[in-house]
Amino acid sequence: MTFDATTISMLKTAIWETFYMVALSSLFAYVIGLPFGIILVVTDNGGIYPIPWLQKILGLVINLLRSVPFLILLFIVLPLSKIVIGTRIGSPAIVIPLTIAAAPYIARVVESSFREIDPGVIEAAKSMGASTWQIIWKVLLPESRPSLLLGAALAVTTILSYSAMAGFTGGGGLGAVAINYGYYRYEPGLMWIAVILLVVMVQIIQEIGTQLSKRGDKRIR
Amino acid sequence: MASEEPIISLRNVGKEFKTANGPVTALDDINLDIRRGEIFGIIGLSGAGKSTLVRCINMLETPTSGQVIFEGDNLAAQNDRQKRMARRSMGMIFQQFNLLAQRNILKNVCFPLEIAGVSRQEGRKRAMELLELVGLADRAGAYPAQLSGGQKQRVAIARALATNPKVILCDEATSALDPNTTKSILALLKEINQSMGVTVIVITHEMAVIEAICDRVAIIDQSHIAELGTVSEIFSEPKSRIGRQLILGDAVNQVKFSDSRQLRIIFDGRESTEPIISNLVLACKVPVNIMYAATKDIQGTAMGQMIIQLPEDESDANRIVNYLKSIHIPYEEVTRHDV
Repeated sequence: MTFDATTISMLKTAIWETFYMVALSSLFAYVIGLPFGIILVVTDNGGIYPIPWLQKILGLVINLLRSVPFLILLFIVLPLSKIVIGTRIGSPAIVIPLTIAAAPYIARVVESSFREIDPGVIEAAKSMGASTWQIIWKVLLPESRPSLLLGAALAVTTILSYSAMAGFTGGGGLGAVAINYGYYRYEPGLMWIAVILLVVMVQIIQEIGTQLSKRGDKRIR
Repeated sequence: MASEEPIISLRNVGKEFKTANGPVTALDDINLDIRRGEIFGIIGLSGAGKSTLVRCINMLETPTSGQVIFEGDNLAAQNDRQKRMARRSMGMIFQQFNLLAQRNILKNVCFPLEIAGVSRQEGRKRAMELLELVGLADRAGAYPAQLSGGQKQRVAIARALATNPKVILCDEATSALDPNTTKSILALLKEINQSMGVTVIVITHEMAVIEAICDRVAIIDQSHIAELGTVSEIFSEPKSRIGRQLILGDAVNQVKFSDSRQLRIIFDGRESTEPIISNLVLACKVPVNIMYAATKDIQGTAMGQMIIQLPEDESDANRIVNYLKSIHIPYEEVTRHDV
């Protein structure tokens, strides 16, 4: 392994690619997953706006999507990337399958955060005449914020590990470096560097999530 | 304070819950009139249906039958929007306080005002006034986790009052508090009732709470109203078995009821200068065994109850009963089957 300028710039590019794949996918996955997480809780039997059939169907769809292994999902969805962004190769193309894989996961993570809220607090809001929307905006979301942030750290690190598989389908990022150099070219040195960089990224994301959650939580004094 | 006109009337209210083991009746044919400005107690053992009853008043539970009339409108027939509007006229406080953990207490009190669409500035002003009223203005920036149980309940009371409700529903509001804190919270509720004229409905399983602040009380047992009347009426003459149980209260645990006859004698304060038991012993020439005695402050009157054991001898026992009758002291026989 030679540590020349080319290698370093390649790693830099890989870090950037991983970063934006994960950031964009997380963003899009939350845009989809968060509302679905809310719907799962709100429309449940005994929820604040029960629509049991909708809750059941949504739960089923989420479970179906979650049972497809990511690598398989990647191959199934990449043709869609071709249609949407014109290519199935490279990091941007990976954002779509990553989003599709992560959104149902996030819906479940968000759901469990909401379920931690004391039903008494929701009842109190109802007793004040709060509407369903007001309960979502003013009780569910703010009261579960610490838990949502911890869940976000979990979700984003999971997306990061998924993104590493993009290397198999011509995507970029640190995962691709590890696969291309370590697996295809037998250059374990670069592979290890890529893996260590991934570990560092996971640590950073987890720590940010934990700290934000703790600092914002008014229950602990 | 209380006027005769009911602010809330329940007419044939029934509530059934569907469970996996078939329907369960929580309330059956409940009829109640709650007068404007009174403190009305609803007491019952756990599972009697009292929590369901209070939730039917503000439509957190929809009754399966009957009418809930609040200021002339049948809430049970209203749509969701109208129900939400009606709830703003009814504050509610809970056993577990149910404050928003992520908001400081000022913002907790602002919460119902935000929901009602009151401007931020106006809401804060009103919330500060209310925190002042409950004695927590200096803690406005604190979070619920930093407060004691009693303080949390004070915040909850301030929050319940924010929208100027006509009624405050208290669901076991003091059951999680120690005796002293309970006293101060009850005093606060009484003060609010008197100074603001807010009707207060108190749900509890503790007779002491009823005795301390309620004007009238309904005893609820097995989904029905077993008895209803003023607190002193029920104290001196409980008509139902459950009423007797609740009145006897701690006596039940302290007295070992025997097979012989026992009398429960009720004092309502007028006789406090008269040595009734001494006179009784002197007049009847029989010793009496006092098994339990306690005085209580009911609506400002010292009321007492005493349980005495009657002698084995039939004629001695009758002499005591006749003596009590002759001096107009209310009494009733109690047996171990009453408790």
